[in-house]
Parts: sequence; structure tokens; C-alpha cells
Amino acid sequence: MPELKVSAIKEGTVIDHIPAGKGLKVIEILGLSKLSNGGSVLLAMNVPSKKLGRKDIVKVEGKFLSEEEVNKIALVAPTATVNIIRNYKVVEKFKVEVPEVIEGILKCGNPNCITNYEYVTTKFYVISKNPLKVRCHYCERTMEEEEILANL
Amino acid sequence: MEWKGRDVISIRDFSKEDIEVVLSTAERLEKEMKEKGQLEYAKGKILATLFFEPSTRTRLSFESAMHRLGGSVIGFAEASTSSVKKGESLRDTIKTVEQYSDVIVIRHPKEGAARLAAEVADIPVINAGDGSNQHPTQTLLDLYTIKKEFGTIDGLKIGLLGDLKYGRTVHSLAEALAFYDVELYLISPELLRMPKHIVEELRERGMKIVETTKLEEVIGELDVLYVTRIQKERFPDEQEYLKVKGSYQVNLKILENVKDSLRIMHPLPRVDEIHPEVDKTKHAIYFKQVFNGVPVRMALLALVLGVI
Repeated sequence: MPELKVSAIKEGTVIDHIPAGKGLKVIEILGLSKLSNGGSVLLAMNVPSKKLGRKDIVKVEGKFLSEEEVNKIALVAPTATVNIIRNYKVVEKFKVEVPEVIEGILKCGNPNCITNYEYVTTKFYVISKNPLKVRCHYCERTMEEEEILANL
Repeated sequence: MEWKGRDVISIRDFSKEDIEVVLSTAERLEKEMKEKGQLEYAKGKILATLFFEPSTRTRLSFESAMHRLGGSVIGFAEASTSSVKKGESLRDTIKTVEQYSDVIVIRHPKEGAARLAAEVADIPVINAGDGSNQHPTQTLLDLYTIKKEFGTIDGLKIGLLGDLKYGRTVHSLAEALAFYDVELYLISPELLRMPKHIVEELRERGMKIVETTKLEEVIGELDVLYVTRIQKERFPDEQEYLKVKGSYQVNLKILENVKDSLRIMHPLPRVDEIHPEVDKTKHAIYFKQVFNGVPVRMALLALVLGVI
């Protein structure tokens, strides 16, 4: 495998197998642009991948993301794998999983839903993971994959 | 589940046991109301009715219910007479009103508004309709009406007629009926069939369902015919609407071959889907249904206030 063009990190988290083009969204959802520990965040886009054809990779220096935190990106990057790095070595590896409840990331696609008018954190219940289907806690309307992606 | 302080937002939050508690409390209160006239359960309590959208039956029956329970009522019947017109948020309106009252009833044009209100308020909130989403007290009074007429809900053949696609009333009613052993007949024009995901969910819950476009073919089977309005604006052109409209009107002719015990319900307001000539037949119970709104709402108010 050709060596990556971005440097390896000593300590931190590598989020691999992000669908090409979703890397920036992943950074946004995880709030990584405001990393307070002084560590760097490296983003590689459109990297060749055996599994996906093309993929994005995000490397977060000096921060170990928990499964719960990372699961927030499951909607934009369901294929993502997460590697926890210590002393340049992968010490833990897991796949992202769609959580049971999604809070704050998603906008309700129902134009008449109160969440589109009032100051309120959105909340959705995942009623099916495959195919993905969620129900709004407020207006109770369901959204399927295509609509979900359009409202992220 | 503890009733005192509980919010009534969606029929989805109800178990069968919850429904039964409401129905039996309503029965008890109706009886007491007949005996004593005026009750005292909610003496000293204040209900706030916040109607951001107009309503005749729901608002007046809630107010009547609170008065019958011995409580008092404050509120507004349209948003234009409140600070909402000045741009006040729902959150702030609720935070304010809860300082003045013990329970809130809200109707709002936006879906999810009642759920949000319930989260903002420390006092119980009852949903009286949020956009096209939920209207749980209507469903409860419908169930109460059926139970009162037949003594039971189990074993009945119940037909839902009209706009089954957009009608929130029929969706909630169908979901609640899934707790009981009923056969459900879904009668509507092709264009206004009940959404597939709801029909599937009901079937998964073990309900026997017959879908048809022809009222005359199934009406002879039914114990209950629940009629709803077919709105003109749902059709691409007027001709199509007129074609459909005629075949879904309940009149004396179509009632020639029905069971003697058939009961016809309607959430009202009606336009012309039930001919007024039907009103005087023994089948028509839609005005009794209106009456039943009072004991059912009395029951809900008394339960969430924790005074019964």
C-alpha cells in the first residue's frame, strides 16, 4: 500500500474509511476545528481505497474519542472505522454504529415541525438501522435515508 | 404509571392499561356528574387553555370539563389576542402561563408544539391538537363512545371512511384500536389510502385489516362506521373530487342494508359526507360522541391534576 501523504500521529484517534467528501462534515459534527488541547487535526480527502474506491481520513492528535462520541458521525459516515493510537501503534479499533437516539445533529425535514421555529435541540429515535429510518421526537414524522442526509 | 403531573401528548405514549384507566375514570365521572350536577374535584385549580388555532368543540369541552370539576379556566382562543402576535416564543409563553395555572391545554398549528410545551413546563400539559400530528383526547373520546355503545371494544368490526391518508384522527384511532381485538375496514378513494407504513405496523401488531374503495360492499358487515371529511384540496382537479365525493356520502339509501346495531361516528365538523337525514336514525351517534368529550376530558384533567 502506498504511504499516506499525511504524517502518522503519535497519540490520538484516526477515523478511517469515511466516504469521500464527508471528511469536513465529520470534523464539523465532532467539533474538531476547535480542539482545545493544541493538537493538530489532519484531513486527507479523496484517498484511494480498496474498500470504498475513494475515501477521506481524519486524524486527531492528542485526543482519544470514545465510541459514543464517534457514533455521532454514523449518519454521514456509516462505513467509518476508528483507530485509537498510542505511541504510533493501534491499540484499539472499532466501527461506528448508528446510535438509538440522535440529538442535535439532524434537522427535522418536516417544514411544519416546531423544531424549525423554536430554540430547541432536535431529537430523533432510530426505528430502523438498515435501512435507516428515524422518528422525530417532536412532530413524530419519520425520515428515511435520503431525507436524513439532506437534513444533516 | 403515575398519573399526577403526567403530560398527555401522543396516543403513542399510552399503554392499553392507561387507556382503560381513562375510560373507567370517565365512566365514573359521568355517573357522578349526572347524580350531583356539579363536582368539586378540581376546586381551587386553574386550567389554562392556549388555542393558537381556532376550535369549537375541543376548547369548549375542555373548559366545560374543568367547570364541571369545580375548577376555573383562563386562556385565549386565538393567538392574535396574545403576546404571540408580538413575536413571543412558545417557550416564553408557556413559561409565563405556568405561573398562573395548574394545568395547560394547548392547540398549536405546528407539529411537535405540545411536546415542546410539555418539556418547558413543570405543570402537566395536554395536547389538544398539534398541526396534523396528534389529537389524543379525540381518540380517547372515540374509544369511550364505542365502549359505551357496545359495552366492549373487543370483537367489533370497525370501518374508517374518508381521508385515511392525511387524517390525524383516523391514524391515532387505528393505532389505539390495535390494542383491542377488532377487525378494521379501511374505506377510502385510492388517492387517500392509509399510508402503507401505518397499515404494516397495524398488521404486525396482529390486527385484521380489510382495505377497500367501495363502501357499499362492506357497510353491511360493520358495527361501527367512523366517517371523516374528504377535503377538496387533496385532489388534483375538481372533477376527480366530485366523482369521489358522491360515492362516499352516507345517506338513507346506503343504510338500507346495514346491521341494526350499526353506529355511525364522526369527529366533526362535517360538510356533506353524512346527509342530515341520517341524524334522526338510531345509527347516528356523532352528537353523543360530542357529549362524551366532556367526561373524557374531565377524567384526563382530574388524573393529571392528581385530584381523583
